[in-house]
Amino acid sequence: MHELDLFSMLFVLVLATFVGFQVIQNVSRLLHTPLMSLTNAISAIAIVGSLIIAGEQKTTFSMLLGLVAVAASVTNIVSGFLITDRMLKMFREKGGK
Amino acid sequence: MQDVITQVSYLIAAALFVFSLRWLNRPTTARRGVAAGVAGMLAAVFGTLLHPEIVNFTWIAVAVLVGTAIGIPLSRVPLTAVPQRTALSHAFGGLAAGLVGTAKYQLWLGEGELTPFRTSAIAIEVLLGFLTFTGSLMAAGKLQEVIPTRPITYPKQNVINLSLLGIAIASGIGLVLNPENWMLFPVIVALSLLFGVLLILPIGGADMPTVISLLNSYAGLAAVAMGFVLENKLLITAGALDGASGFILSVIMCRAMNRSFANVLFGAFGQVQAAAAQGEQKAVKSATAIDAADYLANANSAVIVPGYGLAVAQAQHRVREVYDQLTRRGVTVRFAIHPVAGRMPGHMNVLLAEADIPYEALVEMDEINGDMPQCDVCLVVGANDVVNPAARSDRSSPIYGMPIIDADKARVVLAIKRTMNPGFAGIDNALYSADNTLMVFGDAKAVLSDIAGALRAEQEGQAAA
Repeated sequence: MHELDLFSMLFVLVLATFVGFQVIQNVSRLLHTPLMSLTNAISAIAIVGSLIIAGEQKTTFSMLLGLVAVAASVTNIVSGFLITDRMLKMFREKGGK
Repeated sequence: MQDVITQVSYLIAAALFVFSLRWLNRPTTARRGVAAGVAGMLAAVFGTLLHPEIVNFTWIAVAVLVGTAIGIPLSRVPLTAVPQRTALSHAFGGLAAGLVGTAKYQLWLGEGELTPFRTSAIAIEVLLGFLTFTGSLMAAGKLQEVIPTRPITYPKQNVINLSLLGIAIASGIGLVLNPENWMLFPVIVALSLLFGVLLILPIGGADMPTVISLLNSYAGLAAVAMGFVLENKLLITAGALDGASGFILSVIMCRAMNRSFANVLFGAFGQVQAAAAQGEQKAVKSATAIDAADYLANANSAVIVPGYGLAVAQAQHRVREVYDQLTRRGVTVRFAIHPVAGRMPGHMNVLLAEADIPYEALVEMDEINGDMPQCDVCLVVGANDVVNPAARSDRSSPIYGMPIIDADKARVVLAIKRTMNPGFAGIDNALYSADNTLMVFGDAKAVLSDIAGALRAEQEGQAAA
């Protein structure tokens, strides 16, 4: 790999971390539990890597590990988004329903 | 061309993830955040499936079905079990990272493509992934109470644990120096798995909010490491957002308990102090539920301080009845929420929201403390250490310095408690013997039902007269 690629990845990491700190600090403290389940679902973006490993089928070993990783990531995506939405629906305003 | 479409969909996904978190800043826009997250995920998966290397879709479909079949029931657990579910999902995230790292190592080893950079990224990914996997399983076990929640300690624990981690890191460095030496790889995997278990063993139930947040951060970092392995910037971005979130939540939790990370991880909290509680018992005043209802009904403003004991007693809906009765009479009722009132960050808010209490009534500790001297009646339910004034005044107390809700500053304090036994940390609570405190003894659910019943009866009596 090119050294420049390493640096561009480090750039992304540093900038994304700063964006993360900024955005998360503004998240309402009321919603910290949904926040955690939502970030769970988002970090299941690991599915991207798992899909490639499972789908390219280079060796049986790598395909098996990839498939388990796909299943684990899908579990997080499905349960993470669903439970976040389920919790957020419960937060109602005064008088509203 | 197809590669451009993939990259564009990744870019869109990254932007949507940032918006997703941004919309969580207010309850009114929060559900839009979920929609943005789902859209981002779909964009990312779509972009990935365009990869020409992906040749087999049948097995992928099977894996997706399996994941969905596990995921749907996991999203329907009772809200008291959300911390366990969260810990489990950290475990799945760690597992996926660890497995992808392992598969990549095996593939690149065969192809002779293991550069020092790739090998270091894989080593970090595998280490973080597998330790998050077993550590989170342990945390879930403790939260579900299938594993004892008390800290489990053995001699030289910290030395042994850190040495194991040291050996794992040294093996990782060895592997980077000589990537063909594949025997080191299973050593790293085994040590990471073992370290995850040992890391959580000495941590007690009261520290779970911090530990969950910390594992959340590790799961994010494992995704970042996977991004470096696969040279995928979307993974790096999403992992960094997750890591930052977990880190901020851990800091908030640590501050709320006045502890440091090191102290949470290596301190084995909650077992030493048991001896401190044997001091003499001071006289306390007690009141009945009917007296309590009377005090509450005649207040202008009331503050309810809920603790996890409320959820353990399944009394959220009873507290809502009391809330409804009081608001109907024009009493201003607010809930004072300590950051560690539940089993994970924000947990108490979710439990009360489920009981249909409007979120405007849920107020953070820092915001409500200034108002406490103007509060007529403070009702403490299932909370103990978070209202213990010793945290402010008694330098010898183990919780000295911990931020608390100033319940004692209210004109009248009503504390519902089963018995006078000291709380989780085994520390005496001077609030109970204070002059302005009345103890209402009994099970939280029963007492709250009685209070609600008394309020209702009085209301009906007035209506009839």
